[in-house]
Amino acid sequence: MNIDSIKNGLVIDHIRAGGAMDLYRLLHLGDMDCTVAIIKNAPSAKLGRKDIIKIDSPKDIDLGVIGFVDPDATVNVIRDGKLADKRKLDLPERIVNVLKCRNPRCITTVEPGLDQVFFLSDKATHTYRCLYCEARAELNKNK
Amino acid sequence: MRHLIDIRDLAQGEIVSLLDLADGIFAHPEDYREACRYKKLATLFFEPSTRTRLSFEAAMMELGGKVLGFSEAASSSASKGESVSDTVRVVGCYADVIAMRHPKEGAPLAASLRSTVPIINAGDGGHNHPTQTLTDLMTIRREKGSLDNFTIGLCGDLKFGRTVHSLIAALTRCEGVRFVCISPEELRLPGYVRQDVLAKSGAQFAEVRDLAEVMPELDVLYMTRVQRERFFNEEDYLRLKDSYILTPAKLESAKRSLAILHPLPRVNEIDTAIDDDPRACYFRQALYGKFVRMALILKLLEEAGK
Ligand SMILES: [Zn+2]
Repeated sequence: MNIDSIKNGLVIDHIRAGGAMDLYRLLHLGDMDCTVAIIKNAPSAKLGRKDIIKIDSPKDIDLGVIGFVDPDATVNVIRDGKLADKRKLDLPERIVNVLKCRNPRCITTVEPGLDQVFFLSDKATHTYRCLYCEARAELNKNK
Repeated sequence: MRHLIDIRDLAQGEIVSLLDLADGIFAHPEDYREACRYKKLATLFFEPSTRTRLSFEAAMMELGGKVLGFSEAASSSASKGESVSDTVRVVGCYADVIAMRHPKEGAPLAASLRSTVPIINAGDGGHNHPTQTLTDLMTIRREKGSLDNFTIGLCGDLKFGRTVHSLIAALTRCEGVRFVCISPEELRLPGYVRQDVLAKSGAQFAEVRDLAEVMPELDVLYMTRVQRERFFNEEDYLRLKDSYILTPAKLESAKRSLAILHPLPRVNEIDTAIDDDPRACYFRQALYGKFVRMALILKLLEEAGK
């Protein structure tokens, strides 16, 4: 694929340098059968260095988690090779089955079949909490 | 289906009407002796808590209902690895309402997502314990006549004491309550309670280290246990523990109208010499706990029947 020209898909731009792999994992891009390009450490006037992800697929992807991981990232929607839509991401009210609760006393660590749900508890500080135990959401870099 | 998982599930008006109902039952228990006839309460205690369980069971019995359940995980299907969600779905076939205690935080909420009968959270680890908060509110209202315009001292372990956190959250919804938080530096209120709850509500609050110095200001004193294992070293514990023990000498400067509360069990943080002082409310508080649970069971069964 020519990474500069996507026919129908998404370009996630202005990702904080080093953050692309977190997003790749959290958006489950590894499970998609389309072409995905990760560009690391691209020069950026705004950020100095940035990462970019290009996804060559018209499929709908739940992008809610991006707002939590990297509120400065932007999403460009490409249709027929042209920029169709450019948007900043809102923080979703809920993040479902993307993050795992890290509180060892939480019911989600033992109960089978339970959705991992985090809710937005403070917009100003981007704080998400576990629906069950209210522990603060954290990115687990090792998983 | 209506449940009680977190005290914040109840609007202020609903709390007031529950307390009104509890007062009504307290005044005329004979009127409620048949109120839950042919109804059953299941007490699912995945971890033992004898006094909470007995309070629930006594409440249901006094409403004319029956009680079934288990008092520890070893005697339940949980020891065979059954999920709480499956457990409550099965128990829902046998009982009309469930009181659940569980060591894992959020277990009653997880259970409520699938339950066909109302679930009451009877304590989930160190997380929520809404019927304790209702008990505390009923006690304050009965002893002080109102839930508005008083100064409450919260003393002891304010960091890990979740009963304190939910009591604060409930009282910030009342008018003119002033909070005095009395604890060692190590056991101060967590930042999120101070910021997200107290500061955000606009309530007046102060943090102090010494109980004796603020005693004359207090209308209500809520005592909690200061546990040895919360301290980094024995030296700090020994140095600090006496500041948070209530003795007759410390009570000398207190108001005649002070109400002393404690969620119980106590260890040594309230001198037993105080038990006969009319200001000691903690045993009446345990009694009120039964009435507020009666009111709650009635209310939830009534709503489930609609
Ligand atoms: Zn959790």
